[in-house]
Amino acid sequence: MDIHEYQAKEILAEYGVKIAEGGLAYSPEEAVQRAREIGGNIWVVKAQIHSGARGKAGGIKICRTHDEVKAAGEELLGKKLVTHQTGPAGKVCSRVYVEAGTDIAKELYLCFLLDRSHERIVMVGSAQGGMEIEKLAETNPEAIKKIYIEPAVGLQDFQARKMAFALGLETAQLNQAVKTIKGCYRALRDLDANMLEINPLVITSSGELIALDAKMGFDDNALFRRHKIAELRDKTQVDPREVAAAEHGLSYIGLDGDIGCMINGAGLAMATMDMIQLAGGEPANFLDVGGGASAERTEKAFRLVLADKGVKAMLVNIFAGINRCDWIAEGVVHAVKNIDMKIPLIVRLSGTNVKEGRRIIAESGLPIIMAETLAEAAEKAVQARNEMVAKQGEHSGNSN
Amino acid sequence: MKWSQNKGNTVAILINEDTRIIVQGFTGKIGTFHAQDMINYGSNVVGGITPGKGGQQHLGLPVFNTVKEAVQQVRAEASIIFVPPAFAADSIMEAADAGIKYCVAITDGIPTQDMMTVKNFLRRFPEKERMILTGPNCAGTISPGRAMLGIMPGHIYMQGHVGIVGRSGTLGYEAADQMKALGIGISTSVGIGGDPINGSSHRDILKIFEEDSETRIVLMIGEIGGPQEVEAGIFAKENMSKPLIAYIAGLTAPEGRRMGHAGAIISSAGESAAEKVAMLRDLGVTICPTPAAMGTTVAEVLGRLA
Repeated sequence: MDIHEYQAKEILAEYGVKIAEGGLAYSPEEAVQRAREIGGNIWVVKAQIHSGARGKAGGIKICRTHDEVKAAGEELLGKKLVTHQTGPAGKVCSRVYVEAGTDIAKELYLCFLLDRSHERIVMVGSAQGGMEIEKLAETNPEAIKKIYIEPAVGLQDFQARKMAFALGLETAQLNQAVKTIKGCYRALRDLDANMLEINPLVITSSGELIALDAKMGFDDNALFRRHKIAELRDKTQVDPREVAAAEHGLSYIGLDGDIGCMINGAGLAMATMDMIQLAGGEPANFLDVGGGASAERTEKAFRLVLADKGVKAMLVNIFAGINRCDWIAEGVVHAVKNIDMKIPLIVRLSGTNVKEGRRIIAESGLPIIMAETLAEAAEKAVQARNEMVAKQGEHSGNSN
Repeated sequence: MKWSQNKGNTVAILINEDTRIIVQGFTGKIGTFHAQDMINYGSNVVGGITPGKGGQQHLGLPVFNTVKEAVQQVRAEASIIFVPPAFAADSIMEAADAGIKYCVAITDGIPTQDMMTVKNFLRRFPEKERMILTGPNCAGTISPGRAMLGIMPGHIYMQGHVGIVGRSGTLGYEAADQMKALGIGISTSVGIGGDPINGSSHRDILKIFEEDSETRIVLMIGEIGGPQEVEAGIFAKENMSKPLIAYIAGLTAPEGRRMGHAGAIISSAGESAAEKVAMLRDLGVTICPTPAAMGTTVAEVLGRLA
């Protein structure tokens, strides 16, 4: 789960990390109010969306008057911002963060994340902040310092000092650097975050170390014990279909294709989507219905897939283990009868009680296309999709 | 690594028909269902653990308060975990501490930091005494015709000489099913699970398969995210005499989106399916061109060996 910059900064401030003075606003007027409270004569108005690279997308405005703050609020609030991380659909900005302008002497990079090979948290830093670390890793890998942290012992002062020196910090800043670095690590461990990035971490002209941006990602599996973090979830930043799916214990991700999918198991789902692509089609979604696919859940899954009006054909691929094919077949028949399906449905069942399952579907009298193997299922789905597109083309041709 | 004693003509890695199995989270609904299923398959389940219910009988078997008691009283060797996510890491460490040799964690949803603690805990044991852990978030391990320590439909697995290691449950079933349709059997199938941190990696399991006299070739079923598949490919090139075949799921997966499994997310270079396939091919691994061709690819490689 991701949170907003201002939320991450509030958390980090509690852990002793210095941030610039700032406040949240939901309207342009509120933004001006925040600017007045902060004082000074330069402010930064920042769009709060779950994405990096906001600056390039015009999501960060430097303002020198209250009128400019208001104008920035008017421009950003309610606007869809498209960055290279949001995808073409973009993300709506419904709140802005107004921050005191910072006099930047130098920009640094600091990040903590899980390294899967080492099964540890790794701290990554660079004296060249502000830019994307991925690009820096390609062009100048020596400029990146990595320090692995022993989980049982935690981050030690000497490791924090090592990073501070690698960041090119001076002796005068050492104490604050150690406090900042250790605060970040503590926040990550205490709150079950799996990613924390400060880009840039800046040295101000007066020699202070300030987190100018902050990004945190949390382990979904740990939210059951991090209630305060779970409350920070902003549903406007997530595809509403994914939110609806999660409420029913389903895992859904919308994609760009037009063949709807309902599959049990994440691996089989990915493989089935691959197979659709290899057969010449494009999947409309990833949908894992999981283990105990009851009739109710099956119907929910159908509705979710069919809510995408671009879907031209739907493929169900279930390999029943704990599930039984006859239960799945009953669920499918029930769902199709309840929902007025206007597109072709291809069903492939395999595993426990497969004969029984196929019989139930055959005897239902519904126009369901059956497939025996994975390859056959994908081919039939692509074929049915193509026929559907051709038919719709004819219709629109006639009406013209 | 091979610790199951070979008796007579039964040879299988990790588990065989004699392996004395306990179920942690025994008396719960899920634990009960799968314990019965394993017993029906022929696995030697000798009891289970539910703290506070020690001394009771369940499915005609003794319930213990602690794993240690089960090790002492019924000589438990292997364990399977159905404990809910919040308590599962603790149960895994209890099993390791009690001297269990092999543990399968079925539980889905264990926090990543808990798994970091588990792995750190396991590393404190000398390698010879260290419990082997597979999972969490997996379907378990099966040596067809001998024993099942998992939740898979046992009947789709034919006994034979192909080792399977994979992250996904149902995609593993798909592979076993394709192979059975071609008359190809399996020595052992190991699910390592879909989480970012696994008890055993693909490479750890390849090492075991290389030493297993029953296994002639290995099929590795991987997916997007993480460095594990490529690390396994490097291991195979440097250390394995047996042919390795691989399929990597997730060609259509977009970057930065978690595809169901917590571990199935492309977060850095080299983690996409296409990149993994290219690197594995360079390492001499035979690639299944499609997920529908896992069975036929295994058949071809077996044919070349004969």
